[in-house]
Amino acid sequence: MIGTLEAKIPSGPLAGKWTNHKDHSRLISPNNRRKFEIIIVGSGLAGGSAAATLGELGYRVKCFCYQDSPRRAHSIAAQGGINAAKNYQNDGDSVYRLFHDTIKGGDFRSREANVYRLAEVSTNIIDQCVAQGVPFAREYSGLLANRSFGGAQVSRTFYARGQTGQQLLLGCYQALCRQIAAGSVEMFPQTEMLDLVIVDGHAKGIVTRSLRSGKIDKHAADAVVLATGGYGNVFYLSTNARGCNVTATYRAFKKGALFANPCFTQIHPTCIPVSGEHQSKLTLMSESLRNDGRVWVPKRKEDRGKPANEIAENERDYYLERKYPSYGNLAPRDISSRAAKEVCDEGRGIGPGGRGVYLDFADAIKRLGENTIRERYGNLFEVYEKITGEDAYKVPMRIYPAVHYTMGGLWVDYDLMSNVPGLFVIGEANFSDHGANRLGASALMQGLADGYFILPYTLPNYLAGQIGKRPSADSPEFQKAEGEVRARVKKMLDVDGKRSLDSIHRELGLLLWDKCGMARNAKGLGEALQKIPELREKFWREVRVPGDGEDFNQSLERAGRVADFLEFAELMCADALARDESSGAHFREEHQTPDGEALRDDENHAAVFAWEFQDDNGQIAPPKLHREPLHFDTVHLTQRSYK
Amino acid sequence: MNFKLRVWRQKNRQSRGKLVVYEARDISPNTSFLEMLDIVNETLLAPGDEPIAFDSDCREGICGTCSLTINGEAHGPDHPAAVCELYMRKFRDGQTIVVEPFRVRSFPIIKDLVIDRSALDRIVQAGGFISARVGSAPEANAIPIPKHDADLSMDAAACIGCGACAAACPNASAMLFTAAKVSHLSLLPQGNPERVTRVLKMVHVMDAEGFGNCTNTYECEAVCPAEISASFIAKLNREYAKARLLASAGD
Repeated sequence: MIGTLEAKIPSGPLAGKWTNHKDHSRLISPNNRRKFEIIIVGSGLAGGSAAATLGELGYRVKCFCYQDSPRRAHSIAAQGGINAAKNYQNDGDSVYRLFHDTIKGGDFRSREANVYRLAEVSTNIIDQCVAQGVPFAREYSGLLANRSFGGAQVSRTFYARGQTGQQLLLGCYQALCRQIAAGSVEMFPQTEMLDLVIVDGHAKGIVTRSLRSGKIDKHAADAVVLATGGYGNVFYLSTNARGCNVTATYRAFKKGALFANPCFTQIHPTCIPVSGEHQSKLTLMSESLRNDGRVWVPKRKEDRGKPANEIAENERDYYLERKYPSYGNLAPRDISSRAAKEVCDEGRGIGPGGRGVYLDFADAIKRLGENTIRERYGNLFEVYEKITGEDAYKVPMRIYPAVHYTMGGLWVDYDLMSNVPGLFVIGEANFSDHGANRLGASALMQGLADGYFILPYTLPNYLAGQIGKRPSADSPEFQKAEGEVRARVKKMLDVDGKRSLDSIHRELGLLLWDKCGMARNAKGLGEALQKIPELREKFWREVRVPGDGEDFNQSLERAGRVADFLEFAELMCADALARDESSGAHFREEHQTPDGEALRDDENHAAVFAWEFQDDNGQIAPPKLHREPLHFDTVHLTQRSYK
Repeated sequence: MNFKLRVWRQKNRQSRGKLVVYEARDISPNTSFLEMLDIVNETLLAPGDEPIAFDSDCREGICGTCSLTINGEAHGPDHPAAVCELYMRKFRDGQTIVVEPFRVRSFPIIKDLVIDRSALDRIVQAGGFISARVGSAPEANAIPIPKHDADLSMDAAACIGCGACAAACPNASAMLFTAAKVSHLSLLPQGNPERVTRVLKMVHVMDAEGFGNCTNTYECEAVCPAEISASFIAKLNREYAKARLLASAGD
């Protein structure tokens, strides 16, 4: 294994760790910064903010994204908001409380020190975004407004209508544009990273393919930062954008970076249900809707075909309010999703196929008036109407859980560096802060924390020892990686079978949704582990990738991503099988409390599972497991309860 | 439902394109327009044709990647919406549908329906930002902003950068796009220090990229998926006029 599995948590009391670490981290002087080239892959909240910030500090940054503009990264689709421990509402919030909620929400599978730091810098993020001109919602006083979100009993979520992700991303895109104009950041849109290059045990560059021209290039740097988002599209249907993929992180994994907790995938409770087999993606309805919407299904199976308004109040089961009285409709995502699955499994689900539950605004409209609801969620109601043709002011929304976010990702230490020296991983692409379940409005917080406030302090710690060590992009390691990329592209084009990419990807997605989705068990995972290699073989035998490699070829782009998903899926199922407990979003049916909640095994599984790629003569061998034990010195390990 | 499609096919920027006829059969009314194209592309696989290249990413109307002109209308008939939010139930069974890219000289065609909109990025790079160094930001509530101003700023900031405004405009003007960014930032106190230089630089680059001028046809507003009001163009004009005066007075 390259490097070590040492988290390098600074010593001292929890609240002082980050300050202490910053005070003792190494610095790069302004004159020397321009001698360093930093590669950043991805231009979402994490990558974009990191690129802008490092560019401003004086490093020479190359930033890559697959989209045609950095403004289109998928962070843009986040709707509800961003958490910060500002306590503007005077409702008892604090850094400690945000930290505590996040640890508990993650079902005690994240690092205390990382999460505390996240909560600590959350307040700086809001300051920074306001200074950049992010038009957050305000009260009539002119002060910033807040809303509450799942898994919290305080209002700490800042928002910009239902487009918070868009506004935060545009803020960081604009900061990035400023650096592009200043010449400190060179932007490579429509360019995909296809391999990581390691020289003398350090990450020193990448191999890319231009999606526009098909040109394959080598880029050398002093450090490589991956900010490539999550792998939810392994399920084919998810709320992710079509292009979201695991390729960059999976390629790094194959080069020796450890992949941590890949089975921790978040299924979001409030998405528009699947309507047909050619559906290409699922659309999220922001969790913020659960502030005012009430979730229910009919009490009796026989009523599921009836129109909602014909089901009397006492015939409805508001199951979240019933089961979790203190959090009610704002129970955390994993719990709400599972509760929805449960009532549908009982045959009480509504809508086509019986896979749906109601999210009803009738009470809120009665209490607050339609105008207030329109002001809060108008655009979401419009989206809902476009997709379903239904008016949610009149009939309740139909929702069902869908794959949304992946807590797992490449393993990183406290400095956000992977076990491969020089390879940093930020945002959703790393595993670090959300444990086994992410709370709503925390993804935006983490992405920006990593990019604006953490990486700029921790990256110099590595760079300080690396002056003058950047290899040439023509060195043998680069030549070899480029050769491999070319060979792989050719191999894909040469299969020349009959099956479409989507049909294979869809088959993989259904298999995973079934065996490694909201509930998992050893038998199902065993079956999946058997079927995935078969499907992979089918891909390399039967797929048809039209066109050629020296051109704009969308089939070829997608083929590369699907091929990586077909390998990655196996890793995900292996992790789900090895984690023989239930925690957060990972629900193993064998391990539940008498009332059906996730039952952790802290004695044996309070650890990060970090997997190392194993190669068996060019074939994929079962990955090797390394464990990083988790210590809880501040928060008491308890059975998570939202009742 | 069944449809006859006439789709713009063009190998690359240099070659000449043409409309090619395809059939879309047995399409559910609940299929989105882009999913319908996905289905057509699957049928092209067997005869060995190259699939129709078209852009999309989030498929929920926020990333601004999709960019089709359908029957002559940017983003198709269901305004306000991006093409990815357009559903086949909005068409008649048996209808002929013409699918073209956004046609703007400043957005050259890369392939088929895919265009290069980097000109819009360059307009933002010219000055569409507030220079706020990380580390220098004051406390967020230190400057209260009247709700009305914040809301109006958000109305402008909602632009998804798709370029439909330029595609719909007879002059291929990108003034709605530019106006949205200028307005978003100038309505906020934080945007004040760079207000004059921002508008001058952005308008300069907008012109240099070859976009035309506004002659008040309001087609941009009609097709805008983010419902950006054309009154922001009036604000852009005011901001620009004021900035020119201030700049010429040596301010």
